[in-house]
Amino acid sequence: MANNKVNVTINGVEVQVPEDYTVLLAAREAGIDIPTLCYLKDINEVAACRLCVCEAEVNGRPMRNLPTACVLKVEDGMVVRTDTDRVRKAVKMNLELILANHNRECLTCTRNQTCELQKLCYEMGIDMERFDGEKRTVCIDDLSPSIIRDSSKCVLCGRCVSACAKIQNISVLEFVNRGVNTKVAPGFGYSIKDTDCIYCGQCINVCPVAAIKEKEHIKDVWAAIEDPEKHVVVQTAPAVRAALGEEFGVEMGQAVTGKMVSALRRLGFDKVFDTNFSADLTIMEEGYEFINRVKNGGTLPLITSCSPGWIKYCEVFWPEFIDNLSTCKSPQQMFGAITKSYYAKKANIRPEDIVCVSVMPCTAKKAECARPEMQVDGHRDVDYVLTTRELAKMINEARIIFDKLPEAEPDSILGEYTGAGVIFGATGGVMEAALRTVADVLTGEDLKDIDYEVVRGIEEFKQASVTLPIGDKQVEVKVGVVSSISAAEKVLTAVKDGELDLHFLEVMACPGGCVHGGGQPHVSAKDRIDKEVRAERAKALYSEDKRLPKRKSHENEEVKALYDEFLKDPNGPIAHKLLHTHYAEKFIYMPDVDERV
Amino acid sequence: MAAKTTLETLQNIKQEVLAQQEAADSIRILVGMGTCGISAGAIDVFEAMKAELAEKKDIENVQIIPCGCAGMCTYEPIVEVVVPGKKRVTYVHVTPAMAEEIMYKHILGGDPVVKYTIDGEFKTLSEQNFYKKQKRVVLKNCGEINPEDIREYISKDGYQALAKAVLEMTPEDVIETMKASGLRGRGGGGFPTGMKWSFAAPNKADQKYIICNADEGDPGAFMDRSVLEGDPHAVLEAMAIGGYAIGASKGFIYVRAEYPVAVQRLMTAIHQAREMGLLGQNILGSKFSFDIDIRLGAGAFVCGEETALIASIEGKRGMSRNKPPFPAKEGLWGKPTCINNVETLANIPQIILNGADWFRGFGTEKSPGTKVFALGGKINQTGLVEVPMGVTLREVIYDIGEGIPDGKAFKAVQTGGPSGGCITTENLDIPIDFDNLVAIGSMMGSGGMIVMDEDNCMVDIARFFLDFTVDESCGKCVPCREGTKRLHENLIKITDGNGTPEDLDKLEELADNIKATSLCGLGQTAPNPVLSTLKHFRDEYEAHVNDKKCPALVCKPLLTFEIKDDCRGCTLCSRMCPVRAIEGETKKVHVINQDKCTKCGTCLTVCKFGSIIKY
Amino acid sequence: MAKKANGTGDCIKPNDPRFKELKAYIDSVRGQQGINIMVLQEAQRIFGYVPLEVQKWISLELDDVSVGELYGISTFYSQFNLTKQGKHKISVCLGTACYVKGAQAIVEALQQQLDVEVGGISEDGMFTLEATRCLGCCSLAPVMMIDDDVYAKLYDTKQIPEILDKYYLESELDEEMDEAIESEVDA
Repeated sequence: MANNKVNVTINGVEVQVPEDYTVLLAAREAGIDIPTLCYLKDINEVAACRLCVCEAEVNGRPMRNLPTACVLKVEDGMVVRTDTDRVRKAVKMNLELILANHNRECLTCTRNQTCELQKLCYEMGIDMERFDGEKRTVCIDDLSPSIIRDSSKCVLCGRCVSACAKIQNISVLEFVNRGVNTKVAPGFGYSIKDTDCIYCGQCINVCPVAAIKEKEHIKDVWAAIEDPEKHVVVQTAPAVRAALGEEFGVEMGQAVTGKMVSALRRLGFDKVFDTNFSADLTIMEEGYEFINRVKNGGTLPLITSCSPGWIKYCEVFWPEFIDNLSTCKSPQQMFGAITKSYYAKKANIRPEDIVCVSVMPCTAKKAECARPEMQVDGHRDVDYVLTTRELAKMINEARIIFDKLPEAEPDSILGEYTGAGVIFGATGGVMEAALRTVADVLTGEDLKDIDYEVVRGIEEFKQASVTLPIGDKQVEVKVGVVSSISAAEKVLTAVKDGELDLHFLEVMACPGGCVHGGGQPHVSAKDRIDKEVRAERAKALYSEDKRLPKRKSHENEEVKALYDEFLKDPNGPIAHKLLHTHYAEKFIYMPDVDERV
Repeated sequence: MAAKTTLETLQNIKQEVLAQQEAADSIRILVGMGTCGISAGAIDVFEAMKAELAEKKDIENVQIIPCGCAGMCTYEPIVEVVVPGKKRVTYVHVTPAMAEEIMYKHILGGDPVVKYTIDGEFKTLSEQNFYKKQKRVVLKNCGEINPEDIREYISKDGYQALAKAVLEMTPEDVIETMKASGLRGRGGGGFPTGMKWSFAAPNKADQKYIICNADEGDPGAFMDRSVLEGDPHAVLEAMAIGGYAIGASKGFIYVRAEYPVAVQRLMTAIHQAREMGLLGQNILGSKFSFDIDIRLGAGAFVCGEETALIASIEGKRGMSRNKPPFPAKEGLWGKPTCINNVETLANIPQIILNGADWFRGFGTEKSPGTKVFALGGKINQTGLVEVPMGVTLREVIYDIGEGIPDGKAFKAVQTGGPSGGCITTENLDIPIDFDNLVAIGSMMGSGGMIVMDEDNCMVDIARFFLDFTVDESCGKCVPCREGTKRLHENLIKITDGNGTPEDLDKLEELADNIKATSLCGLGQTAPNPVLSTLKHFRDEYEAHVNDKKCPALVCKPLLTFEIKDDCRGCTLCSRMCPVRAIEGETKKVHVINQDKCTKCGTCLTVCKFGSIIKY
Repeated sequence: MAKKANGTGDCIKPNDPRFKELKAYIDSVRGQQGINIMVLQEAQRIFGYVPLEVQKWISLELDDVSVGELYGISTFYSQFNLTKQGKHKISVCLGTACYVKGAQAIVEALQQQLDVEVGGISEDGMFTLEATRCLGCCSLAPVMMIDDDVYAKLYDTKQIPEILDKYYLESELDEEMDEAIESEVDA
């Protein structure tokens, strides 16, 4: 159907476009940019901001008023003008109206220069503030460990509401009240910390302004680096390297591992390690846990536990699946636990003098590291979590010219990694990494055919099966991979209803996995029209995997050494103490909460 | 199990009911029991009459019938006595005591109680000026039948149109008839109903819907409530006809929860229609099946807008969405949907039954038929009037409404509610129809018609309507959410006496932008009250901003209270002033300290000698 | 950070027997599309208002609607109350017909008399004062309603105290009656 083409004329430029195009998309083909603020392709096409208004004529008859290009479908022979005085004036006035209710502290704003509203004002030459009057009541919710909401910046575009509803189907954030009193908030004035929010940060990713942002740990990290008493180690999650470059003008889809490591050293971290290392470690623990469960009739399907957003979702909405969750801590937490035990011992540093910082593509990781059970012998596994965006800010603040940095390798003894660890950052990666190890362990062979293509790609749900010898019989192991909570909900429902039979399920809270996490660099709505962010960034990880000499977790020499010297056996008693955890049902909107926002 | 009603059954019922009503001993007592009647105490009257009748077991064929509003709400409670072959007797302002007397003297004794009729002169409602220019099509059964008895509706040819449609006509025929009739949507925009149906009909879908928009929200309009309360079956029948025409098997009535009487009568009517098989499977033995559910609005004016209404029926916040796609293509739950307003629907059975030409017999070429107006405000006769399109406002206001009370001067009439505009003396002779009203900067809206006199300040009226739209905007799109707020602030600035001449230009510019760029009809029409008052009463605005005066003496901050020299010094005003702003000795002229005065007006009210003036 | 207690207060406990009634209603409409508003309306009919406890219960019962969504709906429509209401609800019509005939004066008189803002509840818990959209009694303007009683043509705000007294008296009578019954029971 989309093959049928129609002719439209926009600002005098004639273009031929598929008939299901909107005027906005057609205008891009004609080389014309139409301003948008609320528009987010496929997620929020609601025509609310009224900045993409245009004059349009169909069959020579002008359309009533000024229609919005973001939702106006093209028709053959349609004539559109976006360059008239009337349109320009209308766009400017609507922008001014937005500004009148916006906290214009742009110079000190965290989104300075990445703000879509700021960019529009610059492009449209807004030089007036004609409509100052009463502003919405300001509400700043900074009570959660991960996410800060600042209503003074909110432009009520609805992108976060749509993301929360459509991507995650949780709907923590909703429009509240109506008319000029409309705001975006959870129910009953609660802080998101007491709600069903899983801190995935998809709302942050889609926010055009700074109305939702992560709770920054930058100052704490600077302070730790400055403190001579402290030994500060840093770990970076696999997905960070796939996107960090975007903050410095590198094209999307290129891994910047070497420069990232250099930058971290220059920032002053004492040791630059890699979460890929603990991703390999996770595979050892989780792989063996899986084999044990299958052999010993444990609860199946085993469901991965790397994604803290998913974990909270499960604890709130699906407590009946808590026993299915792998007891493995996530790679971030495993890394912290090993740093303050094995590494502390080897480096002869007191655990209390070590500050463990992680750089994550994720906002939920901030909440994860704050979970009370994430500690061993009184030492927090991880002390501070920076998002990819925060790391970029620190690099900027340190006046480092990123593209001039040399390539470097992470430090030993928690820095080596295999291709299996790298692909953790993309949906399907954990499953693929696990299969590489599990298959080798069970067959006792060094299998060569290790590219499990079926579990790759950005489809929300993927299934595969592999026949493996478990115990004394051949078992057809059925695995599933799902990303985004809305998709996970469907899969869990199918599992619960007995319609889907799985042994092993990987769940990532964010669509596309960690590469598309809530802590990754902002991609503007305009760029999202042409770029498939999830696929582009995943590409960076898979090419790194391809390039690496070792691609199976159990071949990681430093991991092997860790087991030999310290942990002994996967799932053994030491591993259990350090690397495994437990979960419990979580309750939301409890009435005795006394802090509301 | 629903009885299988056929065309024959309908005709039999009609004959039976008519035979009973026309019998020599038949007495029908109609008690106006719309919301207006009930508010005025009709329930007590009704009960009193029932009780009286129950005691007298020897008389037969007397029916006490609760019926809908006859239109002249000022006379409520109204009781009418209908006896075959005799002049109808209309009692007004009836109390339970009067009701007993009427029962005793008139019903039992045969002597009408003349002193309780209009002006004590034995006049009937239809003899009032109020009714003389009216043509009752939509309201024909209101006040005439028992809305809770389907048999009475059937006796007035009820469900004959549905029978004709499903048994004798194809869906295309029905749509053609509607197109030929030229009926336009009575909810506001005036879109041709036949066209609307013809858009939905060809769309293929496993389910289509007909929605009756009964979320009457314009302040000052209540004709839909009156129809639902007085003639609910007409709406059900029309919805079924619409369902047949577009291929929908399911209908929803979205009605305001603030209309409990209407809701109750609709529920009764739906129940009765189902019982008789006039709703449900295989209606009248045809292949057509159709059923109706009620959804209650929860208090949001914007839900009168089609797409917001749909969102509300879907159980969501009533936020509008962009059109196109129009509901005829993607409506309720994404299915093709036709939404028609109550008054529009009430026309339809009669059009089907009597034909398009009959309907075109009244009204104008481009706006055929009648329109119901809710006449209110500063006018002698308030109530519901139904007039052929094309009558002039002057006829409505002076001939039907009998002019402005207390000898005050007419200033403007506001039509179309918060979406409409003001019409002034110069346009009073323009024939009322959809296009003419738009041409003079107002709109038909749902038919509220509020008359204003010299004591109304037009800037204040504009502010009043903006109060309303600011509160009722759904908050989705920028121009409506933010823009109406700034318009409102600007108007307050002016009525507070802080306005500047530049503010008037700003008002206009902003209003134009809101009109041009808002997402839905609410925003697109919200500036109308501002633009139309600015156009017709710019002098009043200028008086506010230039002279800091409110010519109608409404805007308090712009008023000055002063004591004239003929003050006798009685000290009453001084003692009553809540802020002690009045000084003066006994028997000497008092003076108001203008710095202290809060312009509350107490002194003016209490002065017994008329020595205090405001200007 | 301001504390705000909207929607809580005297708690409705999860074991409140009225939830059974609500569940019966939900079961009667379950499976139909778009029932969120209907369920909230019924809940308000049963409880008089729809506080957090009730909305949380509904969210769990309906399974596919979050507390956030329900709260969004209940703050969009003016019909819903999140807090407990006065014993009697006074609605002053501020439709156009009533406004041009002086309904604002009624509101002001009531505010003064009851010492309460529009939307508020009087200190003794007797009255909630609300300004409402057109009640459709335009011919009787200006109009106010107390519960289901309509008071028409209120040109003179001096009538108001008398009207309110009726409700105070009724309430006293109710109390006396209750006491009488109690003492009888005791005896």
